[in-house]
Amino acid sequence: MTSPEARAAAEHAARVSYGHLVALLAASTGDLALAEDALSAAFEQALVSWSAGGVPAKPEAWLLTVARNRQRDAWKSAASRTSLPLTDAGRQGSPAMPALDEIDVDAIGDKRLELLFTCAHPAIDAAIRTPLMLQAVLGFDAARIAAAFAVPPAAMAQRLVRAKKRIKAARIPFTVPGRDAMPERLPPVLEAIYGCYALSFADGPEVPGGSGVEDLAGEALYLAATLAALLRTEPEAWGLAALITLSQSRAPARGGPFVPLEAQDTDRWDARLIAEGESHLRRAAAAGAAGRFQLEAAIQAVHCDRARTGRTDWPALRTLYTALVATAPSLGARVALAAVTGRTDSPAAGLAQLDALGAGEGPTAASAVEHFQPFLATRADLLARDGRRAEAAAAFAEAAAATAQPAVRRYLLQRAAGTA
Amino acid sequence: MRYTLLLHYPEMDAAELGEEALAEGRQAFQSYAAALQQANVLISAEVLQPSSSTTTLTTADGALRVQDGPFADTKDQLGGTFVIDVADLDAAIGWAGQAPSVEWGAVEIRPGATYTVDGAWTPNT
Repeated sequence: MTSPEARAAAEHAARVSYGHLVALLAASTGDLALAEDALSAAFEQALVSWSAGGVPAKPEAWLLTVARNRQRDAWKSAASRTSLPLTDAGRQGSPAMPALDEIDVDAIGDKRLELLFTCAHPAIDAAIRTPLMLQAVLGFDAARIAAAFAVPPAAMAQRLVRAKKRIKAARIPFTVPGRDAMPERLPPVLEAIYGCYALSFADGPEVPGGSGVEDLAGEALYLAATLAALLRTEPEAWGLAALITLSQSRAPARGGPFVPLEAQDTDRWDARLIAEGESHLRRAAAAGAAGRFQLEAAIQAVHCDRARTGRTDWPALRTLYTALVATAPSLGARVALAAVTGRTDSPAAGLAQLDALGAGEGPTAASAVEHFQPFLATRADLLARDGRRAEAAAAFAEAAAATAQPAVRRYLLQRAAGTA
Repeated sequence: MRYTLLLHYPEMDAAELGEEALAEGRQAFQSYAAALQQANVLISAEVLQPSSSTTTLTTADGALRVQDGPFADTKDQLGGTFVIDVADLDAAIGWAGQAPSVEWGAVEIRPGATYTVDGAWTPNT
């Protein structure tokens, strides 16, 4: 029988220390898969031992010791199975085991940072970095990650196994890059965490055993805040934490029928998260090095500020989007700039910017933009604002057809009917 | 941990390059090897003759066949190898980024699996 105390202690340790313990176990061997297996075995054993004999004074140290023993057993049996010189019994052999009392997990310092940099190493396929983080740092199982990414569980499990093999075989280190390498190594970590947040907006299928999508937003927020706090002075890390915190402040207004941002009731926004996000953004800006995530966070802050002032500061948004397009010229940013220009100048001016996008080359060619949902929805909205009702109705219908999220599709169809 | 750096780049003959560029290239490889040696990470290095000098053996159709030319007739060819012994992939990436040919081609970093010491296979750890 598992006692409620044992379960609660194990759940708490998993929530707070999972990534830290995996990193500690994997760092000495480079074997992420073995570290995860050993830790999950230790958690299983904990439920039994802690139920029978009570929760130890230092649950994390207990888990680490038991997991290290498991790791050692695995090396021994691997070594005894094969006597070929090709066996690798861990990078530094099996480390000497200190007595349980001597282990102070907290004193070691947080190792999740090392793990984040390993998962988003440039030598790891960009598409698997976010899933790898979800698994190694947060302990998500492959099936749950697969559901969030809308891929078959077996395929996701295989890709995760392959990535971990690669970390071990090529010896990708578990270290935080030095300051000179940081400009090159930090962006993929930020991208992978942002990717985790973006997933929460994707219209993934319901995950059995809980709404994985809302959870993912929370986990992304946790990862971003952890990364920023651990790196202490990286402006873009604080920028990302601010961006996700501010976006999440409006989560209570999501769900139910879709309401566009500027029409949302600001009473439903989370004032505590807005204050926290603004504080992150001030920390980011203190370094005086603007970047993509800080600009996006500043854009969110302008929207959130409507809760205080009662109006949207469109000229400020125009300035920020112009800077964003100059810093990180994505199609999404260009479309958003056109939408804002439609407010600061005139709907016709916004439409002219959109049309210019469609006439571009490469990623802004007509073929690329005409399937881009934000482009279609913005175009429809600007046509409606310009009084071109018939064209607007057709454009809303077209945008609705390109929309995956049912609530947004319903909203666009209503506008199509309303402008016809 | 041993890594082999495989230097791939488009081949150019001496006439195309010019004497000055050739001398510069030689000097760059000289400095690179010296830096690796100085850091005590260099196991071996070799710059290869052009693929026009290479001979490839295959056993297509069951019979051993000797043919002139490289295994893969591509624009970029394997031009040289450096075997280095460093702590981890980040260290290897650091050295690979300093290879002179990275400016005109690709450098592939392949971790070794096993290598011989006095004729006996030894695992790469």
